[in-house]
Amino acid sequence: MLIAVLAGLIVSILFIPFGKFFRQQAAIAVSLLPISLFLYFLSYIPVIRSGLPVSFHYPWVPSMGINLDFHLDGLALLFSLLITGIGSLVFLYASSYLKGHPYLDRFYAYLSLFMASMLGLVLSDNILLLFIFWELTSISSFFLIGFNNDDPVSRKSALIALAVTGGGGLLLMAGLILMGHLSGSYSIQEMADNAERLKNHALYGLILLLVFAGAFTKSAQFPFHFWLPGAMKAPTPISAYLHSATMVKAGVYLLARFSPVLGGSDYWQYTLLIVGGVTMLYSAFHSIFRTDLKGILAYSTIAALGILVFLIGIGTPESLVAASVFILVHALYKASLFLTTGIIDHETGTRDVTKLAGLRHVMLPLAIGGLLAALSSAGLPLTFGFIGKDLIYEATLHSPGILRFVLTAVAVLTNIFLLYAGFLAGIKPFAGSLPQQFKGVHLPHGLLWIPPVLLSLLGVLFGCFPAWIGEVLLHPAAQSMTRLTTVAPLKIWHGFNLVLLLSGVTLALGALLYWVRKPSEQRLSALTRFNALSPEQLFRRLYRSIIKLSVWYTNTMHNGYLRVYLLRIVVFAILLLAFRLLTADGIVIDLGTVSPVSIYELVVGAILVGGLYLSVTTSSRLTAVAATSVVGYCICLMFVFYSAPDLAMTQFTIDTLTVVLFVLVLFRLPPFLNFANNSVKIRDGIIATLFGCIISLIGLLVLSEPIRTEVSNYYGDNAYVLAKGKNVVNVILVDFRGFDTMFEIVVLSIAAIGVYSLLKLRLRATEKE
Amino acid sequence: MKSTILKTATSYLLPILLLFSVFILLRGHYHPGGGFVGGLIASIAFVLHGFTYGTENTLKLMRYHPAVLIPAGLALATLSMFAPVLLGLPVMTGLWIDEPIPVIGMVGSALFFDLGVYLVVIGVVLTILFTITQYNE
Repeated sequence: MLIAVLAGLIVSILFIPFGKFFRQQAAIAVSLLPISLFLYFLSYIPVIRSGLPVSFHYPWVPSMGINLDFHLDGLALLFSLLITGIGSLVFLYASSYLKGHPYLDRFYAYLSLFMASMLGLVLSDNILLLFIFWELTSISSFFLIGFNNDDPVSRKSALIALAVTGGGGLLLMAGLILMGHLSGSYSIQEMADNAERLKNHALYGLILLLVFAGAFTKSAQFPFHFWLPGAMKAPTPISAYLHSATMVKAGVYLLARFSPVLGGSDYWQYTLLIVGGVTMLYSAFHSIFRTDLKGILAYSTIAALGILVFLIGIGTPESLVAASVFILVHALYKASLFLTTGIIDHETGTRDVTKLAGLRHVMLPLAIGGLLAALSSAGLPLTFGFIGKDLIYEATLHSPGILRFVLTAVAVLTNIFLLYAGFLAGIKPFAGSLPQQFKGVHLPHGLLWIPPVLLSLLGVLFGCFPAWIGEVLLHPAAQSMTRLTTVAPLKIWHGFNLVLLLSGVTLALGALLYWVRKPSEQRLSALTRFNALSPEQLFRRLYRSIIKLSVWYTNTMHNGYLRVYLLRIVVFAILLLAFRLLTADGIVIDLGTVSPVSIYELVVGAILVGGLYLSVTTSSRLTAVAATSVVGYCICLMFVFYSAPDLAMTQFTIDTLTVVLFVLVLFRLPPFLNFANNSVKIRDGIIATLFGCIISLIGLLVLSEPIRTEVSNYYGDNAYVLAKGKNVVNVILVDFRGFDTMFEIVVLSIAAIGVYSLLKLRLRATEKE
Repeated sequence: MKSTILKTATSYLLPILLLFSVFILLRGHYHPGGGFVGGLIASIAFVLHGFTYGTENTLKLMRYHPAVLIPAGLALATLSMFAPVLLGLPVMTGLWIDEPIPVIGMVGSALFFDLGVYLVVIGVVLTILFTITQYNE
């Protein structure tokens, strides 16, 4: 299992050395990865069907509760099969779609990375592990959405997608940590076992808010939906993969997964119902105004996600079965429609639905695939969409109280719009007579048209045998969200009842709408007038003001003057230390512990003060440097007096080198000018004196504290026993605290590389001039 | 600088200082000293040479650019850190040869670690100083 999850990561790393080879010869061979993973997960169907989830445990950081715990149950299996199954088709499709693309290797590397993170996400049982994969999907989808990186619009939408999903991810992390902390376990299964503890906790509302923030941003729920249509800038195979089965379903998956842990309360139910309901209506309504095929699909995808959130919100066993059915329904027809759109775009060069028509004359198999997908999205009997829609209506009708009418009305309206959107994307480009400009279009390579047709056919196959797929895959999936008491097999025919009537009404109204209404640019532009109020504009405004803030902050706080930095650091330290000293219970200084001053120390102290005076008053830089070094050497002597020879030696050599460095730099400086007027000098003098006083005060305070000697005794006792050294200082440096030393020399090296590259690069620039 | 005294003194001081720096490095485990100070002393020796004869000549004398010492030192320190792992011991366990080796004294993984520090310090100091000097020229 670990290998199955990590395979994608490993493959994506292999692209670094072997990318060129893959790009030229073996692009299609990469598809073996998702195909073999798909077969691997298929082999788990019998086990999961028998109702026994499979767990895998690999210790990773056990001390922090982070382990590679994977849990394969019905829900995880459904998602894994979608991820790898649709992944296989997308991999195959892309090998032809992006044939000869200069960055094909990069594309596959990102795609493998993304697939692996999605797999990890749906299989993780440990919530911290889940979060890691969650973030990985955000990051890898950023690369995928921004794949056309020479297009500024594409880069911008990738950034927005990352900002929205990443921001939600941060909130989710807070929520997950809170959950783990309060329930005492980071395992989802264990949390589900004592879910009451979380639900009755005072912070339950906060947890819900944080988890919802993560799920809603990822699954593009209103008002965070705007990143998804923007993400359509990606090449179509990516859109198909991200928006049908994977990325955007991650939020839905999270809600489904946490249903047994957090679900069941009024907060949970009403939030999901309202957000899901608003999202599905809003975006289904929007989808009928779009003229770009991918725009239509984007908005209908958001609507479908809204439906799923809505179904999870209802929370009855019925609605959860409906949700798991609809996940599969939507993945099949939406991936098929996206891939079909990709082919149309690839062959005709346009995605404008007002221009496309009659393509069935030149691409018949694709037209059949598109038709079937559209019918499945419409929910015609004998397609899988019909089962899905039926179950949705059944779930809304069986919800309690007055709510039932509202929910059903919302669901019917959304489905009418979705039917229209599906017909626009799947039927409209193929219907009618073929315009002159598309006469030259022909059916593309089989790798392109077989995947969408296959997906559409699967939709029909499942529609004809719903009981079978239900028992094999979908009931176990629903089972992991809730305890199913009675499992009613999925059926095509339920008899004449209200649900059938609603289905008929949906079909009739939707078809009527398609018949009457033709998509046009005017309607789209009428809608764009309201853009100023949209959440997207609000987000953009926020985005701009954050940039403004950071520009202001950088200009005022990091203005490049070293003296200003130093001044701020020192003043801040003074304030902090003074605050601590003032709030302390009382300052006790015991001068009795201070040793008497000897004549040597007095002499050295006098020299030190002299050096200090000279360095402040002199008008020559060289004198100032020499005077400062006198101060340094005096301090070295102090170290010698107080038996710290190691320190003294190091300080001595460092001081010498610093003077050399100063002298070297002094050559570059303009003649000595005194910028500071008297008031600045007085200010600096006061600050310096204050700082000195506070440090001295602290030094004296430390002396009056009882001295704790455990650590120094340990080093003293063990330096020779454990590390065979008699010089404790050196033993600490190279043995006891060797890691510190290691990092210190690494930092030193970085500094050297920094100086070298800065100056050398400058040199080359001046040479060019 | 054109001082004959300095030139003569430097040509004697360079080897003596270098030898002294190695001495400081080796005695570090038992007496005041160690890789850091040793490295600084060795760098001072080269800086002195650079002052007297010019940086170009010092670089020629060194043959390789001092920056080379940085990765070499880091590699040596890292190796000595991870050498115990090969024997199944935790990282940075001190490994020692039982009998002292004449002149050098006790030899163990900590000595190589210190040697790594020594090399890195020389590399860093000389890279920074020589780069700035050459920039000035």
